[in-house]
Amino acid sequence: MLQSRLLKLSRIGLARCKYTLPELPYKYEALEPVINRDIMEIHHSKHHATYVNNLNATADKITAAVEEGNAGAVIGLHGALKFNGGGHINHSIFWNNLSPNGGGLPTGDLLSAIEAEFGSFDQFKAKMSAATIGVQGSGWGWLGLNPETKRLQIATCANQDPLHATTGLIPLLGIDVWEHAYYLQYKNVRPEYVNSIWDVVNWEDVAARFAS
Amino acid sequence: SSGINAEYGGGGLPTGDLLSAIEAEFGSFDQFKAKMSAATIGVQGSGWGWLGLNPETKRLQIATCANQDPLHATTGLIPLLGIDVWEHAYYLQYKNVRPEYVNSIWDVVNWE
Repeated sequence: MLQSRLLKLSRIGLARCKYTLPELPYKYEALEPVINRDIMEIHHSKHHATYVNNLNATADKITAAVEEGNAGAVIGLHGALKFNGGGHINHSIFWNNLSPNGGGLPTGDLLSAIEAEFGSFDQFKAKMSAATIGVQGSGWGWLGLNPETKRLQIATCANQDPLHATTGLIPLLGIDVWEHAYYLQYKNVRPEYVNSIWDVVNWEDVAARFAS
Repeated sequence: SSGINAEYGGGGLPTGDLLSAIEAEFGSFDQFKAKMSAATIGVQGSGWGWLGLNPETKRLQIATCANQDPLHATTGLIPLLGIDVWEHAYYLQYKNVRPEYVNSIWDVVNWE
């Protein structure tokens, strides 16, 4: 009974679901001088690509374990699923959150919401920068939308924990503060990277996520 | 390999009681090295791989810690050898290729 239910799950969910590395909407050097070409190339073609490959491998193993009815094995793979799946989700958002034409200020409803929640754009920016810089170890800073209260919220996640799955917040803007996101250019000076990244934030993309 | 690093004292093999204990626990030095390397490489995010000593059982144990969690305070194991796998420990030289860094670091381990 459990076995046939698990089998149905596998056909609906993970079976034959192949995750793919999305193309960057711009060239590797496009975000210079904020994020240099070397970082973008390694970050996208190595780090993100590895999450995708490992996610596919993990999903295949989970499918097999589900088909065997091996709940223990399924559970044993959850760490790899969260890590690699989260990595794929987070980076897929990130590449679109950034743009060579980015920077400046948000407008319209998004700006109004930011001002309503945080007092002003500058106060929001300071608060999100501080939270993001303060992440201990590897992780992400997020501007999220609480779908129940419809309010904006700043949050941080450890490692590749995906914002929505772990907090329920809808991800609008993420800032990656794993050292690989900045070290080749900024070395240990994470604050300089975080303070600079605002110059390439793609407010159109953030607003589109807020609107939908 | 012992090459240049042997000049400075690092690398090579442990000796005496430590080597005996490693062999007793892991079968051989190579099996220990493979196990510790795998565990260390596999750390998700920032953290450390450790060879620790369980002070109650007097047995060697491989462990990993997240972020800067200190081994002894969080697990009770006595830290013997740690390998830092925060990206800052290797990124400028090895980029994303953490396994190459971990496999190479054995050449500068101070067994003394």
